Amino acid sequence: MTDPLLAVLARAETLVELDLPAWDALLRRARRTNLVARLDALARDAGVFERLPERVRANLVGARVLAADHRRMIRWEMNRIARALAGLDAPVVLLKGAAYVAAGLPFADGRLVSDVDILVPRERIAEAERALRRHGWEHAKLDPYDQRYYRRWMHELPPLRHGERETVVDVHHTILPPTSRLKPDPAALIAASRPAPVAPFRLLAPADMLLHAAAHLFHDGDLAFALRDLVDLDGMMRAFDRDPAFWPGLIARARRLDLGRPLYYALRHARRLLATPVPAAVVAGAEAFAPPPPLGALMDRLIPAALLPESHARETRGRAAARLLLYTRSHWLRMPPGLLAAHLARKAAMRHAARGA
Amino acid sequence: MTEARATVGALSRETLARRLAGDGIAVRTGPFVTRLRLPLDELAASLRLLYADFPVDSSGFADFDVTARRLGRGKIEFLIDGERRFAPVARGIALPMLEWAINWCLYTFSHQYLLIHAAVVERKGRALVMTGRPGAGKSTLCAALVGRGWRLFSDEFAVISPDDGRLWPIARPIALKNDSIERIRRLVAGAVLGPTSDDTHKGRVAHMRAPAASVRRADEPARAGWIVFPNRADDGVAALAPVPGGRAFFRLADNAFNYHFHGAAGFEAVCRMIDACDCLDLGYADLEDAVAALDRLVDGEAR
Repeated sequence: MTDPLLAVLARAETLVELDLPAWDALLRRARRTNLVARLDALARDAGVFERLPERVRANLVGARVLAADHRRMIRWEMNRIARALAGLDAPVVLLKGAAYVAAGLPFADGRLVSDVDILVPRERIAEAERALRRHGWEHAKLDPYDQRYYRRWMHELPPLRHGERETVVDVHHTILPPTSRLKPDPAALIAASRPAPVAPFRLLAPADMLLHAAAHLFHDGDLAFALRDLVDLDGMMRAFDRDPAFWPGLIARARRLDLGRPLYYALRHARRLLATPVPAAVVAGAEAFAPPPPLGALMDRLIPAALLPESHARETRGRAAARLLLYTRSHWLRMPPGLLAAHLARKAAMRHAARGA
Repeated sequence: MTEARATVGALSRETLARRLAGDGIAVRTGPFVTRLRLPLDELAASLRLLYADFPVDSSGFADFDVTARRLGRGKIEFLIDGERRFAPVARGIALPMLEWAINWCLYTFSHQYLLIHAAVVERKGRALVMTGRPGAGKSTLCAALVGRGWRLFSDEFAVISPDDGRLWPIARPIALKNDSIERIRRLVAGAVLGPTSDDTHKGRVAHMRAPAASVRRADEPARAGWIVFPNRADDGVAALAPVPGGRAFFRLADNAFNYHFHGAAGFEAVCRMIDACDCLDLGYADLEDAVAALDRLVDGEAR
């Protein structure tokens, strides 16, 4: 049976077929996955918005107003960050939501964006951090362990929050933790980047943008908005389809950046769950990145289970287990086993201490 | 199509409790329908008392979806759309927490409206919008005015269509705090108050039921006629003093939940509203005196 939320994400014109009880179930689930404003944008693009029930339209407009505010806020943050980093004289590449907004990608319409993520060359990251701190961004109060954890093992600075606006900028020097099994070369990403419509920022090349999003979702363990992230991947593939260089170069680029496996999962699950059109040659080419059969079969079960918010109130045991397995896997992938064991033990001890306090 | 008016109060005690403990019951309050799943006897009883006149919606579609869940050790939690959004609370404050959770849904999701933190009542077809600092007495004034026959819109939200400036009623119960509970009991003959909850973060809270006439007309919007900024003092006769439009603008925007979300449309909606209203400071010490001053204001306008 097809999941109703996936069905309308894949074919927005079918939104007109839903009755009010079906809309009720859909609204609950779309709220839980931050996809209400995306449904609104899809309904408008498909030309069916005006045919939806009035009370449904009211809720979609409510979400649209909020998403529009997010975009306005993100544009203002980019303006402030540009000012703060004016003297840096190094490439500053926008990542994730801010990049989709700056690039004007169609799926950014209705996407909620709360933080700005930027990538700077590793040797300039301290300078970028100093500049942001001079302009009002502050480190959240992390304990010394977390500070050290970020600085030694992570691919980004601890989050910097602006003292007045309370908005967060994440400054990355690469797109996966340096300890990760996969080692995409950040210099290659920056070298292929191109000017963003919002000066002085840059954007990843289309293939790199897709590969980064795939690595983030399928390798980095952030499953909080997993379905939204899959919708991003779908949106990128549909948007970049118009760029004649995109599909032909994708497989080679994935190999070059060491991101073949995440690309395989992205193509497989976007096609399966959201009916994303992918040229047959690319599907065939990505087979080289497929996991060995027993693991592939397991991931085919785990990934959809973790991606799909189930329709009723409680999380089922199966879905919680799938998320836990993938969470553990993502840590396994980002750290060598000894470091992972030390980190998880430390985190467990801190949780224990916090409960006792 | 007209159907028999199904209200919360028309359900038997047993049916209401059974449905609240099962698939839930959808209650229509003005433009919003809230599905409630409340498997707690005391909440069923409070709902039956405070929401008796509200229509039960049978469309199958709810704007808000609120579930209460027992956790043991005297704690409960509320889920929104099936998802945990708030910390658990003591069961003793279940009713104020329920009201607060519904308010949370409104200002978290309903940005199709411009939402201002204000008490709104209506007389002679014009809405009176009262906003100000917490403790300025807007809920108490709102309850007192409703007791004098004004139509209740809301003690908490001015719900405004940004495109045409109309205000929409909700007519949910009025939350009275601390001393206001006794003052309203004394002042408003026949006021129906729900149970008093002690130890909420605002102290003691009790809810006053909206008059049946307000609930029946909860689908009738109105335009704002007066914007009043109440200010309670220790002594002095109630006095209304004009507030310049520019100052009124900033006070309204300051008290809005989502003014900035609406960008230029929000700016224009607030400007139009101020242009169409008398904007007044209300200094008062005595509640009855303040109510009389507001009555005179509206009567004077009608002449």
